[in-house]
Amino acid sequence: MASMRDIKRRKESIQSTEQITKAMKLVSTVKLQKSRTKAETTKPYFDMMYQTIRAMLEKSGGIRHPYLTPGASGKKVVIAISSNRGLAGGYNSNIVRLVAGGDFKPEDTVIYAVGRKGKDGLLRKGFEIRKDYSDVINAPLYHDAVEITTELLDSFQKGEVSEIYLAYTSFKNTVTHIPKLIKLLPVTLEEQEEKKENAAPVAPMNYEPNEEEALNAIIPKYISSMIYGAFMESVASENGARMNAMDNATSNAEEMIEDLSLQYNRARQGSITQELTEIIAGANAIG
Amino acid sequence: MADMFKLKVITPDRNFYEGEVSMVEMTGTEGDMGIYKNHVPMTVILAPGILKIHEESGVRKAALHSGFVEILPEKVTILAEAVEWPDEIDKKRAEEAKIRAERRLSDKTGGIDIARAEVALKRALTRLEVAK
Repeated sequence: MASMRDIKRRKESIQSTEQITKAMKLVSTVKLQKSRTKAETTKPYFDMMYQTIRAMLEKSGGIRHPYLTPGASGKKVVIAISSNRGLAGGYNSNIVRLVAGGDFKPEDTVIYAVGRKGKDGLLRKGFEIRKDYSDVINAPLYHDAVEITTELLDSFQKGEVSEIYLAYTSFKNTVTHIPKLIKLLPVTLEEQEEKKENAAPVAPMNYEPNEEEALNAIIPKYISSMIYGAFMESVASENGARMNAMDNATSNAEEMIEDLSLQYNRARQGSITQELTEIIAGANAIG
Repeated sequence: MADMFKLKVITPDRNFYEGEVSMVEMTGTEGDMGIYKNHVPMTVILAPGILKIHEESGVRKAALHSGFVEILPEKVTILAEAVEWPDEIDKKRAEEAKIRAERRLSDKTGGIDIARAEVALKRALTRLEVAK
């Protein structure tokens, strides 16, 4: 059995770790609440944006627009949103796994990384990181999303890339966060097909100036709003994931402290018994 | 008085406005327009301009910088990238932005910068107009 001193030292060290994880949990709980309300206030905008785009595409099925057809180069871009800090359970590795485990090959995929952890993970898997926007995720602004969009659309129009994907963590509730991959460009109708039946018949929509120009103006807004929405949800998920991880760590620490306390008390009792036996034996020998 | 309809103005960061209005005025890429109830369904791209919301109790103004509007007979939804109430506008900054944009326009050099300066100028003018 380990000595009393060793057990005590071990217990103290775990106790101080527990204090840290507890504090981190509290901090991420507060941050989670903040980022969650923020994500919720932004939601109506994206829902509306999504609906509008869907309605436009449904109606203008025949339209041939550069944003709606894949480019020829075969290069794919993935915007991978992770976090700059670790200790958030599987949050970052899930994003890396989602990208690296999918159909993306390191040879024809470039990564626009948002978040240092995801960037490092993908770099290790052999992906090329073209741009690093890791500072953005600390405090994402709508303007950042617009900047990324402009850059992406630019290279899309030049034909350097043919498909653009977005990998982020969708925030369902405090404990459930789902890593998600969505296709931003070319804009497709596939996923939206199923919802069609529920949609109420709408009067034909008119566009001003005209359909094509409306698409030209709205699609960049759609993409930047998707990116911004993904930022918001990812930040909320990150804090949620960290909160869970720290909660688990705290309860694990508690469990260990309990075990160690038991061991310590046993050791203490053992040494007392031993001392007593020794004293009695000594007294008997003299007497 | 005209019939009331629902107006919603939303931005990525917040629900800017939601309420019953009789008319709403704004600037599209093709020019100014005012919308009453039962308008033909239409989607219009917006240019920087003043948004005038005609409520029962009066008219409220706001500076609308970019976005688009979806008009349905019963409901109008404005998706704006940036929109501000008059009291949120920093007049001094707008004034400075205006001067900067004008300066950039006057020493015509790059093509892209001109377009950007024009938009910036328009934005500054809208802000100043609303804040007046």
